[in-house]
Formats: sequence, structure tokens, C-alpha cells
Amino acid sequence: MLSETKVSEHAENLHGIMAEFDDPESLLAAAQQARLEGYRDMDAYAPMPVEGLAEAIGFRGSWVQRLVFLGGLCGAAGGFMLCWWITVIAYPHNVAGRPLNSWPAYVPITFELMVLIACITAVVGMLMLNGLPQPYHPVFNVERFARASRDKFFLCIEASDPKFEPVATRQFLERLNPQEVMDVAL
Amino acid sequence: MKSDEPLYWRSLEELASTDDFRAFVEDEFPNRTPDWNDPESRRGFLRVMGASILLVGASACTRQPKEVIVPYVRQPEELIPGNPLFYATAMSVAGIATGVLAESHLGRPTKIEGNPEHPASLGATDAAMQASVLTLYDPDRSQTVTRNGSISGWGSFITALVGARDVAGLKKGLGFRILTGTVTSPTLATQIQNFLAEFPAAKWHQYDPCGRHSVRSGAMAAFGKPLNTIYRFDRADVIVSLDADFLSSTVPGSLRYARDYSTRRRAAAENPNVAPPRLYIAENAPSVTGSMADHHFRMTAAGVAGFTADLARGGTGAASPEARGVLKDLEAHRGSSIVIAGEHQAPQVHAFVHAINQALGNVGKTVIYTDPVEANPLDEISSIVDLVKDMRDGAVETLLILGGNPVYDAPADLSFLDALKRVKLRVHSGLYSNETAAWCHWHVPEAHYLESWSDGRAYDGTASIVQPLIMPLYGGKTAHEVMNILANRADQSAHDTVRGYWQANHKGDDFDDFWQISLHDGVIAGTSFPEKLPPAAKAIDPAAIASLGATAPAGLEIVFRPDPCVGDGTLSNNAWLQEMPKPQNKMTWDNAVWISSKSAEHYGVTTGDVVEIELKGRKVAGPVWIMPGQADESLTIHFGYGRTRAGKVADGIGFDAYTLRPTDALWQGTGVSIRRKSDGYKFANTQHTQTMEERDPFRAATYAEFHKDPEFARPEEKRVAKDLSLFPLWEYKQHKWGMSIDLNSCTGCNACTIACQSENNIPVVGKEEVAKGRHMNWLRVDRYFKGPLEDPEMYFQPVPCMHCEDALCELVCPVAATVHSAEGLNEMVYNRCVGTRYCSNNCPYKVRRFNFFLYADWNTESLFGVRNPDVSVRSRGVMEKCSYCIQRINSAKIDAEKQDRPVKDGDIVTACQQACPAQAIVFGDLNNPNSRVAKLKRQQRDYGLLEELNTRPRTTYLARLRNPNPDLEKG
Amino acid sequence: MKPEDQEFTSVATLDPGPDKVIGPGHDYGSVTDEIGGVVFRPFLKTPRQMFIGFAFAFLLVNLLMIAVTWLFVRGVGVWGINMPVAWGFAIVNFVWWIGIGHAGTLISAILLLLKQDWRTSINRFSEAMTLFAVACAGMFPILHLGRPWLAYWLLPYPNTMWMWPQPRSPLIWDVFAVSTYATVSLLFWFTGLIPDFATMRDKAGNSTARKIFGMLAMGWRNSAKHWARYQKAYLLLAGLSTPLVVSVHSVVSFDFAVAILPGWHTTIFPPYFVAGAIYSGFAMVLTLAIPVRRWYHLEDLITMRHIECMSKVMLGTGLIVAYGYAMEAFMAWYSGGQFERYAFVNRMWAGGYWWTYWVLILCNILIPQALWSRRVRMSVRAVFAIALVVNVGMWLERFVIVVTSLTRDFVPSSWGMYYPTIWDWSTYLGTIGVFLALMFLFVRVLPAISIFEMREVVHHTAKEPTHALGD
Repeated sequence: MLSETKVSEHAENLHGIMAEFDDPESLLAAAQQARLEGYRDMDAYAPMPVEGLAEAIGFRGSWVQRLVFLGGLCGAAGGFMLCWWITVIAYPHNVAGRPLNSWPAYVPITFELMVLIACITAVVGMLMLNGLPQPYHPVFNVERFARASRDKFFLCIEASDPKFEPVATRQFLERLNPQEVMDVAL
Repeated sequence: MKSDEPLYWRSLEELASTDDFRAFVEDEFPNRTPDWNDPESRRGFLRVMGASILLVGASACTRQPKEVIVPYVRQPEELIPGNPLFYATAMSVAGIATGVLAESHLGRPTKIEGNPEHPASLGATDAAMQASVLTLYDPDRSQTVTRNGSISGWGSFITALVGARDVAGLKKGLGFRILTGTVTSPTLATQIQNFLAEFPAAKWHQYDPCGRHSVRSGAMAAFGKPLNTIYRFDRADVIVSLDADFLSSTVPGSLRYARDYSTRRRAAAENPNVAPPRLYIAENAPSVTGSMADHHFRMTAAGVAGFTADLARGGTGAASPEARGVLKDLEAHRGSSIVIAGEHQAPQVHAFVHAINQALGNVGKTVIYTDPVEANPLDEISSIVDLVKDMRDGAVETLLILGGNPVYDAPADLSFLDALKRVKLRVHSGLYSNETAAWCHWHVPEAHYLESWSDGRAYDGTASIVQPLIMPLYGGKTAHEVMNILANRADQSAHDTVRGYWQANHKGDDFDDFWQISLHDGVIAGTSFPEKLPPAAKAIDPAAIASLGATAPAGLEIVFRPDPCVGDGTLSNNAWLQEMPKPQNKMTWDNAVWISSKSAEHYGVTTGDVVEIELKGRKVAGPVWIMPGQADESLTIHFGYGRTRAGKVADGIGFDAYTLRPTDALWQGTGVSIRRKSDGYKFANTQHTQTMEERDPFRAATYAEFHKDPEFARPEEKRVAKDLSLFPLWEYKQHKWGMSIDLNSCTGCNACTIACQSENNIPVVGKEEVAKGRHMNWLRVDRYFKGPLEDPEMYFQPVPCMHCEDALCELVCPVAATVHSAEGLNEMVYNRCVGTRYCSNNCPYKVRRFNFFLYADWNTESLFGVRNPDVSVRSRGVMEKCSYCIQRINSAKIDAEKQDRPVKDGDIVTACQQACPAQAIVFGDLNNPNSRVAKLKRQQRDYGLLEELNTRPRTTYLARLRNPNPDLEKG
Repeated sequence: MKPEDQEFTSVATLDPGPDKVIGPGHDYGSVTDEIGGVVFRPFLKTPRQMFIGFAFAFLLVNLLMIAVTWLFVRGVGVWGINMPVAWGFAIVNFVWWIGIGHAGTLISAILLLLKQDWRTSINRFSEAMTLFAVACAGMFPILHLGRPWLAYWLLPYPNTMWMWPQPRSPLIWDVFAVSTYATVSLLFWFTGLIPDFATMRDKAGNSTARKIFGMLAMGWRNSAKHWARYQKAYLLLAGLSTPLVVSVHSVVSFDFAVAILPGWHTTIFPPYFVAGAIYSGFAMVLTLAIPVRRWYHLEDLITMRHIECMSKVMLGTGLIVAYGYAMEAFMAWYSGGQFERYAFVNRMWAGGYWWTYWVLILCNILIPQALWSRRVRMSVRAVFAIALVVNVGMWLERFVIVVTSLTRDFVPSSWGMYYPTIWDWSTYLGTIGVFLALMFLFVRVLPAISIFEMREVVHHTAKEPTHALGD
């Protein structure tokens, strides 16, 4: 692990500075503080979703639902067209004396395809927007960060933030009485 | 010889006789297909193919040899590949010939149809005729001359036979005997007569196990000379059948009789001015004729004799009310009535019946007498008795058996085999190396009728030439050729012999034309026997009446009958017939002991129990079947089973009724005892529910009811509005195929079922599979009982695919493997079918059949020959069903197109329609208002099965009309 | 940090009783360790029951292999099916398995929308069950084909013959419904797993495990932004799965309802098939959860609360199913249709399988009524027994519908019975083997309970944060 002194010397190869908390409440509070302080490029890490946390770090509403709606539309339209095209255009036959365009029979397929495409867009869309899969991310350089998936809560102010300044930011974070403050190497 | 060497240049017979050739056959075709009867036999089945592979190959269908072969450039005129040719010939059963047209594809006979020119057929066939083409290709047929069981050749056989004749010749032929079945062939008869003329001390015996023994003796008893009786059912208002099953193929001329009778019934149903015929029948076991009867008197076979006596007493003398009623009816229809005695009733009964018919003035009107059709009518029973006696006394040195199988089917008390063993030289000629061949020094393969030149006479004497369609597959020879050997004319072919006979008997110098015409028509003009006025039948003396009347004994009686499917056993190895459901109980692959429910209770047996029947010290064990309509105290068992050397199909199934049959009780005997041995015998039936369960799929009414309510066949609750539909109905602009099945005519004879099987390459599945409910018949004949279990009415209803316009099967097929054609056919696309079987679940008629295994035989090459090249052979896992014979529809349309004319009504005849002797099935175009089928469908009796489901079936039925005697109508 | 076995966690695994969804003294760390510990347990420390159970299941899997081989070699004729009963065990099992699957989706989707906190510790588990049940179900429509190698013809794909499926057939609807259902269930399950994969990645002791879980986690790093989008997507999945689960069993019921066969042709089928599906599904969840909870000492995470709630759902859906039976019979009588009426006469006493109907009434309606009593609901053994009974009953229901109706339809001449062969049974037992084997593997190698959601539960229940272990 990199020693903190070393890191502060080479500020340019920092991803950011990270503070560890014990519980969601203090993380949330810290995040709000940081925002008031004027920090914008930051991210909060918690082992489970914490209400208000995303907003606290300035996250604007997600696009997932819009994608899903479009996906659903495509699925439904595609499903119905498929059936109609097969029975009327591609493979027209007198089946059981039913008319070629037996639209009521197409409802199940239309519906199923709607759900299918919508669900796929939901998952794929979520991953895309999250930038996943992502093989490498600097936060993992912090050893204690492993507990972000267990029982610890982290706030990371990133070096890209215009207001970021290694020493000041570290001091600011220490004021939020975290368990610990660590540099995040790139 | 190694299997990769060319095989085609050697002499086929020589090939067949080499062991390594057999070896080649065996490793070339390992056992793969599912089995017909039991898992083991398939292996053997393939083994016995022997020469058939190459011989069939030589005949027509073969894989191309590896070598360069010469194409068929000089094509004989009239032979167009793809177009079948039809040849008129004749098939003989128990000597009586019926004209047929044999369909030939590139030299392969594939299908038998009736010959419209022939008086006994008029275009119809029975199941046995349909199935005969399968026998032609049967790989179990004997294929080589054998001497003491080992393969020999014709040359040495000729030497041996001629030698024996010469030895006998020293004593004018003493000790030389010929045993044949009933012979009507003028040529063969003449050949034998000539032989006997040359060797006066030689003797000719005739024996047919199920021949017309009583008929002949009856005529003798009545008229003192043999006479042949022909009935004209189209002229009869009242018919009294005394155990005579004249609509089933056990009676010569039955096809003609069925046609006449049904024509009359149809006329009456369609035209109020025609009086409907009334049929009374007295019998011990339900028969197809019984199913048509308006009155069914259930009585023991002996009771029938008593009933006859009762009738003979005349008007008031009759004891039973039934007899009185019948007599009253007969009196009212003098000259337009028929009393007919069963083939299997005692001669005395026949004598009485002749007298009664004369008394009623029916002779010359509805009952016609002619000379006997047999070339040499004799009492076959005494004939075989004499033979056995002489054999036992050692008086027989050479016995030449032409066809037949006496070791299996001679009366048991003669113990024919023991006697036979005392004969020095025993020669057997037959289609199969059967039980008799096993005990003969020589066996020579006989030619199948489709391989033979011969001739024969029909029930009315009409002579036909039998012409071959194919070279003998297994090198068989006809009886004519065997007789030629005895006449030192071994080199003369059957063709020359037959032609020679007719030339010799032909007046005038136009013989070639005569010959051509006779061959072409399949009948020889003007050979039907002229009507004869018989002498007054012997008056019936009261003593005789008393004696006959008294022959209704107490105690259990046993009745022997030929099997409804395989007859006397000559057809046993025919898988189509084995799997054909017996009309009365829909049983396949078995014979059973029929017993009435009351008697079953009395003797403590039930269906599935195996009982031991003992008659005069002889025993046989067979499974019991409780048969509704069977007379109490009367067992019926059928011949044709319990074969030991029939072939891979028939060996070891059922029990042998002959082992019980004595000369003095050929058809029925009393003093029989039954003992229950075990239970749980598994039958394979195609129908399990006996009754209609208040659903009336089969609708019938008396004429009275019909006149009261002409719409009885389509009651309110079973009707739907013609245009009841959520969406516009499809229009069928050009053709609109439909079928009408007249239940008023159908006798349930199963000819249609087998015709369909033959036409459409329907596989045989075997007993195990049938028992599982997997039989494949596209056209099944349903049998329903109505009324009391002891004495119900029996109804038959053929059920093919209904070709519903709103076909439920199509709706649920996920891959569109079954769809509607522009002409309204419900088509099945085998190649597209993946086998979900949903269509069958959704078919309310359950007419679809599924290949649960690979049922079609893809291995036995000799059986490839029988297949119809116009119908694809289905593979494992696909659904199949009736196609309305679409291949026939298309060929008719093509022909019409070539001649630039519309398809005429009657151009298209489906296989079932073609075979039906009663003309109950009519197919045609519903868009043509004048087509026969359209007219039939306009009749009031027309109704659709399950019409209320609004499936719009294209196949509809005409309801049955009954004409019971009001005096006898049961309350 | 080193992987921790469940034994080492200081929290006592006591069942907190019927009003708690989690045992006392749990914090974020302890739930993580307890659930993760199951996976990171040394191989040999796997409970013996798991080994025995898996061995048994694997035996059945081999039975399936043999049965299927024989089936492909000989054809569907090796089963007892015939004319008229062209559908036998294959379809019965298909419907049964699909039904079982439904509880999983219901628990994870519908209960999520209904904000049922008790769903949390069982949803992962039941989603897995859904997947494996659907996998078993999916086998049958292919196996039961006469020509299984052509199963792909049911899919609409361009081919040289230019032939297409026939979308009026319920079987094609099945193809779409079941494949959609399988796909969506997989997505749902996997999505739910992503954060836990991350947890496992970070907990993993050996590098192989870390690599594998790492790849599965796809770089998930618990960022608040991730969580925000994640929750949205998860909610949408739930919202879509809810109508889906209803549609799937409705479509399955169309296989019968669309046909004209008396006993199949019934409009009430869709709703009561769905209810039946959930009914059997919950029965199966209980059948599986109760032993696992016992073997891995998860009584503090799968509490009596869960068991009682599931019992109540079973009771409720069971009553809907009972209503379905009643309506079916009533309508058959009330319709006055001869065939409809007879179908029920046949089902209840006239037919060869009359007894199956009464056994099914006993299993599905009478016995489960015991669940009205709190004492029964509180007794794990009793609930387990009833769950088993319901599993049997629901299988019989499908048998009665599929087979009994087919044996006697319209034309009496073609009525016939159906007798399952040894191959029918082998195939059925075989799929049960597949199902169990997959379940055992799942419980062993993946977190069988949603860890991050348990953390939420901890967050909501225990307000004041307790000290994590390991410091």
C-alpha cells in the first residue's frame, strides 16, 4: 500500500481522496457537507442502496426507464408485425378456416416480446449507464475499500474536481470525523 | 461370393440356393425395424427374405448396381413410367374365381381393384382380395424346391415325379393320388381328367376345409343331382337367412349379393315407390349380415335347424311366433322372397330350404339354379375320408398335393398326418412351405395368382382367364405346369396350356380376337351358366321335419367358422388381414372363444380367461371373448390360427380350431365341455367401448319413424346454422371435395380399410402396439351395439378423416404441417410435421394416426414392391391420416387437363369407394350440384358426425333405415 | 480478510420467532459473513446432508440420461402415450414444473412491489428455483416431439424453404412465453446477484474465487450512482415480471383452453392455472427452504415469519384453486353440454382414473385447510409435510386435466386408457434429479440469500449501528 506522505507528494497521480464511515447516516451527512463545500466530482460508496445518497452527491435522474419504454414499444410492434407478416405475407394458408389476419391470436406473442425486449433493455441499459463491465477502477487500490461491499461506507472526492486540492480536501474530509481518510492512487 | 461382387449376372435361382448368398443377405440387412408380432421374429423375418431381394430387384425396383448399366431405351409402348397400368385377371378363393383389375407400376403389381366387367365383382373387392397383393411379396413364401427339407432343383423334382408316375403307370396308375382343393378351372380339370384317362387306376381327391360341403349335399338331397344356386337379392322383398352370412366373403358371390342387396335398400330409401326389403336372420353368432337384418333371431346353430323345420311345417303348423310371423311375411311375398340356408348348416336344412323356395314360387324369380360351377362336384368330405383310409391301408404310393394344407386343416378325427406318413412318395406344391410340406418328401413352390396363367369360374359359372402381371418372384410353378410334368410336357408353359384348352374349345376361326378380348375384359363372354329349372324338390315328409326339429339338443354347442379375416388359414401369414379388426369385436392378431354373457356367467368364465374346450376327447385351449348377440349355450371358434409353419407373421398366434373338428361335426357339434385354465389373456382390440353412450354417432330409424320425421338424422340440438361463424367463411371456387357414406348400405366388411391400407402404404404395427392403442388404419370401421347386451343391434360406421372446413387440427399445429388446400382438403405435410400430436388431441373424430416408432418397414426389400409409388412412406415421429386419396384426385385432374376438359363426376374414385361392395362410399365435387355426392348430401337422411361442434365436416353420413315387421316388433 | 465460517460468527443463530424477519444482534458485517460463509466454507465442511442429497440427485440425473437416450433411439413410443391419449407425462410434467417456477418470480417481483420485507431472505433462493424449474419444464416440450431433432422448426427463423411457424397455435405462444420467461428470470436473478458478486469478490480468500466473482461482478463498486440506476432497473424488472408471470401460465393454460376437448375447453383455466402455479410454487419453496435453513443453520435469516407468511399464501392460493375446481364443475353442469358434463362424470367416477381426482381434492383442498390453525403454521414439520402433499396434489391436477380428459372425448369408439411406462417415470424422476442437483450446487457456490438486501433489512430493523466484527 502507498504511504499517505508519498501520495501527497505526487498529487498528480491521485484519483482522489476517500473517507471511510461506519454507517449510512454519517456518510449521507458527509456527502451533503461536501456538496455544500462546493465539491462536485465525488462519489459515495455503500454496501447497500442508501436513500438520498445519490442526490446528495448530485446525481440527476436516471435514463433507464425511458430506454425500457422504448424497448417495450419495439418488442410489441415487432411481435405483432412478425405474426401478421408470417400469416398474411410470407406463409399465407387457410388454417382451420380462419382469416389470414387472425389478429386476436397474435396478442400473446406481441405481449411476450414486449416484456422480453423491455427487460433486456432494462438490464443492459443499467449496465451501460453504469459503465459496466469495467475491469479496472482506482478505488480498488485502497485496500480497506473491500469493506465497501461488506459493512463500511466511503465518500471519495475525486482529483478531477476543480476545487480539489490534496491537502485542503484531506483536511476537509478529516473534519467530517470519518473512521479514516485515505488517498486513492490512480 | 463376397457381398461386393456384382450379383446381377448370375442365375438367380442358383444364387438363392447358395449358403453364402444367404449369409450375404443376413449381414447386409441387420435387424432394425420394430417388430410385427414378437421381438424375436423380426430377425428371422429378415433372414427368410433369401432370394426375394434379388428376385424382386430383377422384377422392377432395385438399387442401381455398381457397374455401368444400360438405360431402358426401347420402352415398350403403353408403358409410361409413373402411369400405372391395369390388367384384368381373377383371384380364386376355395376354387371360386372373382374378377379383379391389378394395378401395375413399372411391372410391379401394387394394388387390387374389382373388375367392373365381372359379374361377381362389378368393381368391388373384399378385404382378402385387397390383401392378396401383400401375399405376392411375402418374403415367407416358399422360394425353392426342397427335397426332404434341403434345397433341390426343378430338374431333379421332375425326374422324381415322372419316375413315380411311371412306376404307378405299370399298374394303370394304381396307388397314384392327386389331392386338390375345389377345382373350377376348366383347364386344370381337363388336365387331371386326361391324366386319369391315361391312368384309370389313379384317383383325384378334392378337399377344401371350408368348402361348400353342405350346399352340395343339400342340393343332392333335394334334387338328386348337384345344382348351383344363385340368389337375386335385388328382386327380393323378404329375405329369410337361416344362418347364411351371404354379405360376408365366406359365400361365393357375396360381393355381387352385397351390391344387389344394398342397391335395393338404397333405392327404397331414396324412392318411396320402391318397397324396402326386409331381412330376417337366425344365427348363433352376430355376423355382418346379421347387422343389416331387420329381425335378428338369436339361437344356437342347431336351433337354426329347428327353426327351419318350424318354417317347413308351414303356415299354422309353426310352433314359434317368430316362425309364424316370418311365414306370414313370406306368404305375402310369394315369388319375391328368398329363403337362404347358411353354408355351414346341415344338408337337410338346405334340402328343406330348396323345397320351401319352390313352394313359395321363388325359383326362377329370386332363386336361380344352374349347373354346378365345380368342374367335378363331389362330396369332398367322403373324398378325403377315402383318401385317408387308403393311405392308412398303404394303398397310396404317391400323393401329389396341389395346394392346400391337409395336415393342418383336415378333420381331426382322420388324423391325416399318421396316414400321410404311410405314403411312399409325398409331393406338395404350395405358396408356403407349410405344415403339410414339412411332412412331404418334395415341396415345390407354387406361383401366386398374380404370377400365374390359369383360369377359373365365378359363382355363376362365368369363366375368366388368370393372367400374370409379373414373373414368378420365387420361381414358383402353377398346378398346370405340375400336371404338365405328369403329361410328359414339362416344357409346356402354363400360358400355352391354358390358351391351348380354350383354343381347343373355341368354335370359329377368330380365336386370337376372342383370346385378346377375354384377356382384356377379364371375363370370357357367354360363359356364365344358363338358368336351369330344377326338378321338383323332394317333398318334405313330416318325419324329416320331426327329426330336424328335434335336433335342438340340450347342453353346450360348439360352432366352427372360418375366421372373418384370415378365413380357413390360407391367408394367415398376411399381416394386413391379421391386423384387420374383426368386424364383430374389433379384435386383431387373435382368435377367441366367443360366448354369450349369460353362458359366460353360467360357466364361470369371462373375457380374457383361457379355457380348455373338449369335444369328443379332443382338446384345445383358447381365450374367451364375451360376444354380445351370441346365442346362449353356443360357443363359436374360428379357423386359421395356431399355425406352426405359416410364416413369421402367423406362427404361434391364436389357437388351432381344426384340432377339435371331426368329420361328423364339421360346422357344429354338441357335447362340448369347457374348463377354465387361467385368466388375464391380453387381446389387442382397436375399440373398447361397445355402446354409443347416448351420443348417437350412428343414427337409425324405422321407415315408419322416417316418414313421421324425415329430419330425424339431424335433431335440433345436433344442428348449427350453416353460416354460424365469427369471421367470413372461406370460399372454395374451383372444386370442393366431399364424401358421403351411406350407413344404410354399409355392411362393415372392412374391404375399405384394407383397400386404404394398400393404396396409402399404411404400415402394420403388430399386436403389442395395437394393444397399446396405436393401430394405423386411416379408415376405421366403428362398431356399436344398441339395446340389450344379450341381443343388441350391431351397427357399423366407417370413419375416415372428415376434412372439416374449420379443421381444429390445423388451428393448433405450431408448424403449419396440416393446412387446408384450395379445394378444401385437410392436407397433412409429413415432411413438415415435428410430431407434437396436438392435432390428434384436438381432433374430435380421432382419425389421426401417429408413427410412435419407425413402423414402416424400411428393411425388408421384398416388401418395397407392394408400395404405392404415388404415396410417400411415412417415417418415425410424424402424424398421418386419410388424404381423400389425394394422389388419385391429382392424377384425375392431370388427365382431365391433358384432355382439356373439366374433371367429370366419377373421374375420381377413392380407394375405399372403389373397394366397397355396397357402394356405400361416394366421393365427388360438392360445387357440382349434379354430382352423385352433392345429390346424396341433399337427402334428408344426411348428417354430419359431431356437426354440433361446427367443424363443417366434408364427410357426412346417410342414416340407416330399418324395416322391421310390425307383427314381430318387440315392444 | 479471511473467509469466515458461520460457526465463527458470534451472533447466535436463533429463530427470532414469527414477528421478526431477522435474528437479533445482526449487523451489516454479520449478515454478510453468515451468508457468504456458506459459500466460502471449506469443501469438506459442507453439511453431510448436502453430500447425500446431491449424490441422490445426481443418480436421478443419470437416470434421465438413460431415459432420454432410449427415447431418442426408439421414439416416443417408449412412453405409454397412444391414440387417443397423445399427451402423457411429458406435458403433465411440463405444466407442473412451469407452475413451480412461478413462485420465484412472484416472491421476487410482486412482493417487492408490495414492499413485503419478509420476501428478502427467500427471494434469491426462489428465483434460482424458478430458473431450474423452468429449465426442467423446457426440456419436456422438446423431448415429447415425435422428431425432437426438428424442435427448432417452432422458431421463426428465415430458411431456404421459406416456411414459418403458425402463430395461431398455442404451442407457438408457449415457445415465446416460456423462452421469455426463462430469459427474464435469468436477467432478474443475475441482476440481483451483481452486488453480491462484488461482495464475494471482496471477501474471496483464494484468487481463483476472486477472479471468477470479479468477472461476474463486472467491476461493480457500490457507487451511489450505480445503486440509483440499479434500483430503478430492478424495480422495472419487477414491474415487467409481474404481468409476465401471469401471462406465462395463462398461455400454458391456453394449450388446453384453446382446444375443443371437453375438460380442456374451459375459460376459467388462465386464472386458476396461475393461482395453481403460485400455490405449487410456494409449496416447493417451503419444501426446499426448510431443510436448507436447517442444514446451514439459517434459522435467524429464514425465520418463522417467512414460513408463516408462505403458509398463508399457500392457503390463499389453495382456496383460489379450490374455487377454480368448483367453477369448472359447476360450469360443466350448468352449460348443459353433453360432452362437458360427461367429461366431469368421467373425471369424478365413471372413468378409469376417478381416484386421481379425489386424491387431488384431498391433497390440494382438504389437507391444506389445516393451515388455518396458527399452531400448524408454527410447526415447521407440519408445514413441510403439507408442502409435500401440495406438490403431489398439483402434479395430479395436471394429470387429471391432461390425461383423464383425453381418455374419453367425443366419439366413444376411440376411447382408451393410458398407462405410463418405466420410461415415463424415469424421465419425470430424472428432471426432479436435475432440479435438486442444480439447487444443491446453487446453495453451495452462490449466496443463497441476497446479502445487500439483508443489509438493508438490518439498516431498517436495527436503527443504531452495531460494531462490525473483525476490527
